[in-house]
Amino acid sequence: MSLRSPLARALGLGAAGDGPAHWWSQRVSAVAMVVLTSWFLLSAVNLELGNPGVVAQWLAAPLNTVLMILLTGTLSYHSAIGVQVVLEDYLGGWVRVTGLLVSQFLHILLAAVAIVAILRIAFGVR
Amino acid sequence: MAAGNRPLSPHLQVYRPQISSVLSIMHRISGVFLALGIFVLAYWLNALAGGAAAYADAVGLLGSGPGKLALFFWLLAFCFHFLNGIRHLAWDAGMGFEIEQVIRSGWLVLIGAAVLAGLLWAGLIAGAGA
Repeated sequence: MSLRSPLARALGLGAAGDGPAHWWSQRVSAVAMVVLTSWFLLSAVNLELGNPGVVAQWLAAPLNTVLMILLTGTLSYHSAIGVQVVLEDYLGGWVRVTGLLVSQFLHILLAAVAIVAILRIAFGVR
Repeated sequence: MAAGNRPLSPHLQVYRPQISSVLSIMHRISGVFLALGIFVLAYWLNALAGGAAAYADAVGLLGSGPGKLALFFWLLAFCFHFLNGIRHLAWDAGMGFEIEQVIRSGWLVLIGAAVLAGLLWAGLIAGAGA
């Protein structure tokens, strides 16, 4: 005798149904990444990267602060849903569940840590 | 789920590597490698927020021999993933599906990634060397 009814055991074993939304999220974030990373690398090439004052001054400009926060968030999101697919493809059982949890949490943690650093620079300089 | 010990038909090892399949797996590998780069981005931003001494430490670490080598591979992986990602977006839009086009765009991505990474690296090194 199980706590779960035969109906509960049979339901929900098919496709989750969120595939198309995941597919679109990956593409839409990819388009955003093309724009944001182009901006960042073109800016970085023109910056005196060895000089913290210059880099902080650049990052503290409102437009750059906004774009850098968007870049960090979009990067983390694009990476999280990409790594998710890789883990789902190669891992099974509890290892998969653990891997997915660790990946999702780390992506969100790193995004938060990076965004707080950006805000500290934005509000600390000038 | 009766998965686990089911026999698998031979797949990867029986096929000769082709530009299509090799770039496909490279897109995945470069993506995972770039995901690890988020640690470096977060570290760099925090060093910048931490002041001149913290930033000098980070520049010392990232500017060391192994640091530079790792950064260059991250840049190379980025350039490849960037260009091949645009190739994928073109496919998603229904463009470039002819075999000759796929082979040509594949080589274009490979050569373009090497050239782009070289150009960006030269620009970044010039700014960081100060």
